[in-house]
Amino acid sequence: MNVIVCVKHVPETAEAEIAIHESGKRIKTENLVFDINEWDDYAVEEAVLLKEKLGGSVTAVTVGPEDADGTLRKCLARGADRAVRLTDKAFEGSDSYAIAKILYKAIKNLPFDLILTGAQAGDDGCAQVGVVLAELLGIPHVTMVKKVESIEGLVKVERELEGGLEEIMELKLPALLAVQTGINEPRYISIMGIRKAMKKEIKVLSLKDVGLTEEEVGESGSWITVEKMFIPPVEKEAEILTGGVDEIATKIVETLRAKGLI
Amino acid sequence: MKELFVLAEHRQGELRDVTFEMLTKGVELSQKTNADLTAVLLGHNVEKFEKELAHHAKKVLIIDDARLENFNAEAYQRVLFHLISERKPSLTLIGHTAFGVDLAPSLAAELNLPLATDCIDLDFEGEKLVVIRQVYGGKVNVKASLRKSESYIVTLRPATFEAHEPKPRDGDIVKIASPLSEDITYKRFIEYFQPPAGEVDISTADIIIAIGRGIKDTENMPVVEKLAEALGGVLACSRPIVDKGWLPSDRQVGTSGKIVKPKLYIAIGISGQFQHISGMKNSDLIIAINKDSEAPIFRAADYGVVEDLFKVVPSLTDKILEEKH
Repeated sequence: MNVIVCVKHVPETAEAEIAIHESGKRIKTENLVFDINEWDDYAVEEAVLLKEKLGGSVTAVTVGPEDADGTLRKCLARGADRAVRLTDKAFEGSDSYAIAKILYKAIKNLPFDLILTGAQAGDDGCAQVGVVLAELLGIPHVTMVKKVESIEGLVKVERELEGGLEEIMELKLPALLAVQTGINEPRYISIMGIRKAMKKEIKVLSLKDVGLTEEEVGESGSWITVEKMFIPPVEKEAEILTGGVDEIATKIVETLRAKGLI
Repeated sequence: MKELFVLAEHRQGELRDVTFEMLTKGVELSQKTNADLTAVLLGHNVEKFEKELAHHAKKVLIIDDARLENFNAEAYQRVLFHLISERKPSLTLIGHTAFGVDLAPSLAAELNLPLATDCIDLDFEGEKLVVIRQVYGGKVNVKASLRKSESYIVTLRPATFEAHEPKPRDGDIVKIASPLSEDITYKRFIEYFQPPAGEVDISTADIIIAIGRGIKDTENMPVVEKLAEALGGVLACSRPIVDKGWLPSDRQVGTSGKIVKPKLYIAIGISGQFQHISGMKNSDLIIAINKDSEAPIFRAADYGVVEDLFKVVPSLTDKILEEKH
């Protein structure tokens, strides 16, 4: 089973303070830590689990700047055999559609039985790249995958719907699965694993190498263009309880008592 | 006259709420752009939805085919490719649901039409279509424009637009022969699967203590278990806790879990992704404890505490136990 897994290097913003860049079109990233997109981390683990069970190889592919090597090294440390980084000045400003086109050009001539991606990225949350990529490659896809039940000519998966409901779908191979978090338990990466991964080669390809023109990527090759970013307007805001820890706890207890909850 | 499509979403014999939310937004946009609002209904034996949809739209287009009974992106895409190529609606609205995310991107790519996903608002500025989306887990909003086109596709975030009861209309019901000629061979729906219910039903609880990523380690669970016990509440959680296997999936609050409406909801170490918020925002009283003052959960809560949960929660538990004695 030859598996290609598409990954993205994203800033961790869950607990960070975020400021809008002077351009108004992006956030300031200087003080943010970048790592593999959370959904993609599960996709890489799933790819490695399939390889361990069925043999074959795992190739990690990303579109991004040189810094994205950090994410590719993590994939290699987790068990990927090869890593490819698609980097070009012309790729800047690409939306999900343009990214999918770049990935398509890089992947179409590689041998694969399965492509895995995360169901979405934690930064832009578009949830498009995998599905567009499958369409360009002319292979079936399924998103929100919670479990790969079996894989032999056909792949049978459990797919997450809303309200705790799931559905079982079956696809012909080769296929693309966009995986949901929680599909597996990404393994701990040892220092040894990281050291070993540092020695592996990362193949770098440019616009020309994959056979695209400048018009096909970046803003000109995209469906959507960012006009501005802004901090969401506050419609409702909690009353913040202040003071020392004991004081805050007392205020909560008073509120609960007033509402008859204790 | 130009048409504006809303793709009706239904599952297991029910039209889903997002359909009416899209129709409400669709009425507004169709009036503004002088287009006809058309509900598109694909399915099998779906007569019972016709009238309800005709109530909201100028026209209901129906394609009835056994292969469309359960959602299957391959079958739906083929039919919609045909419909959109032929009728060229100015806009097609699809829900940003498990159904929409599986369908819209490949459909847009095949039609080569610009797509924006998970939008919380959209508007035509002249012929230009502009959307508002949320990025970075809801901490930042983006205003973006779509590449100029005669036809656009947009997926709308569920539970963002209120569905209004419309001025009753009596839209035309138009049945179209199914354009599916060949069998659907690449992708097959097998069955729905409902994981078995656990011992506790959080959707009926009066007091919910919900935990998120901020709890950091499964060894820290007793901190919140004690608070739940002191308050006589049940433990629930956001998605990452279920992903890590620290609580069973039936304790998850949110779009992919349960919708709850308790008298008291205490969110501890939960940042407040929209998927979580839509599962608990209608609780009577919401208290959020999170050390990140920018966490979106504070926009859903009545009271907020910007503090280390490992300091506040034990103190709160002690004070509640004192109060009870």
